[in-house]
Amino acid sequence: MAKFTKKKSGDLPAISTASLPDIVFMLLFFFMVATVMRKNTLMVQNKLPYADQVEKLDKKDLVMYIYAGKPSKRYQAKFGTEARIQLNDKFASVEEIQPFIYSERESKREELIPYLVTALKVDSDTNMGLVSDIKQELRKAEALKINYTTIEGDAMQNLK
Amino acid sequence: MAKRSAPEVNAGSMADIAFLLLIFFLVTTTIETDKGISRKLPEWQPEDIEPPVIKQRNIFTVQVNSNDELLVEDEEMQLEDLRQAAFKFLDNGAGTGDEACSFCQGAKDPSSSVNPQKAVISLQNNRGTSYSMYIAVQNELVAAYNELRDREAKRMYGVTYTKMEKMYNDPNYNGDKDALKEKIDVITNMIPQKLSEAEPKS
Repeated sequence: MAKFTKKKSGDLPAISTASLPDIVFMLLFFFMVATVMRKNTLMVQNKLPYADQVEKLDKKDLVMYIYAGKPSKRYQAKFGTEARIQLNDKFASVEEIQPFIYSERESKREELIPYLVTALKVDSDTNMGLVSDIKQELRKAEALKINYTTIEGDAMQNLK
Repeated sequence: MAKRSAPEVNAGSMADIAFLLLIFFLVTTTIETDKGISRKLPEWQPEDIEPPVIKQRNIFTVQVNSNDELLVEDEEMQLEDLRQAAFKFLDNGAGTGDEACSFCQGAKDPSSSVNPQKAVISLQNNRGTSYSMYIAVQNELVAAYNELRDREAKRMYGVTYTKMEKMYNDPNYNGDKDALKEKIDVITNMIPQKLSEAEPKS
């Protein structure tokens, strides 16, 4: 009879976790496909405005980014709360835009230069004064194609 | 000899490794929002060149002050009404003779624009205007142009302009791209987007 009682040990069988890696890998692949590597660390607040008449920028290598907005919370002690421009990981003044455009242009292949677009990622609370200054500098640097990056949505949401 | 079943491989740590990778990707990547309103800036002109003379009736002035209030053609307006007003202005078509507009369905108001080809929307903002308001106004004005272009494209080709543009920009589109481009050009020549921005006054 001992033969039969032996099998009925009280332990529950171990739960198989073999499918857990599969699930995590699935998530991993989703994130690998749906996201891109962070190019610059944002140092400014960047809540983009809403608009619905948008076009998509699909060639990432042809886009130059200019960020503007108030410095993020942790930089406010050092840089104040006045809206600033950010180029390539550091705060910049308006005068630095032209050299930035020229150096970006240098790094691209010659035949692609006419297709370069400057994407302005500007925080919604910024005043137009700063944006106009940026635009004037872009005109001087002959970077005429610009794109105001927005979130797709009803424009009426901009007026709170 | 009795068949021995293969020993089970412990896959418990694989989940940990996958989680590590996952967290790495979560931290170092962003989901890009690369959509926006595309515009072309006017060329920089260092000397003061006399601007071309445009008849006052063909100019639709939109001003935004530092309190984000709209002044359209010297009258106060709410943002909700801007699209309709701009559309009415573009579609007015009061021209006669050479300036006649063959497709306009507007009110033909003699004090408003003669033809979409002549009509200019002039946007002026203040240095204190907020960026979100500026984008909202730009959005509404572009929407007015797109609405008119959509209507004409629908009438002439049975497809809206925005849809044609979307198809043209789609790399997987397998129709005749040159023919599509031609149609788009016809519409853009009929209704050119003349949106001029004055430098902000403080």
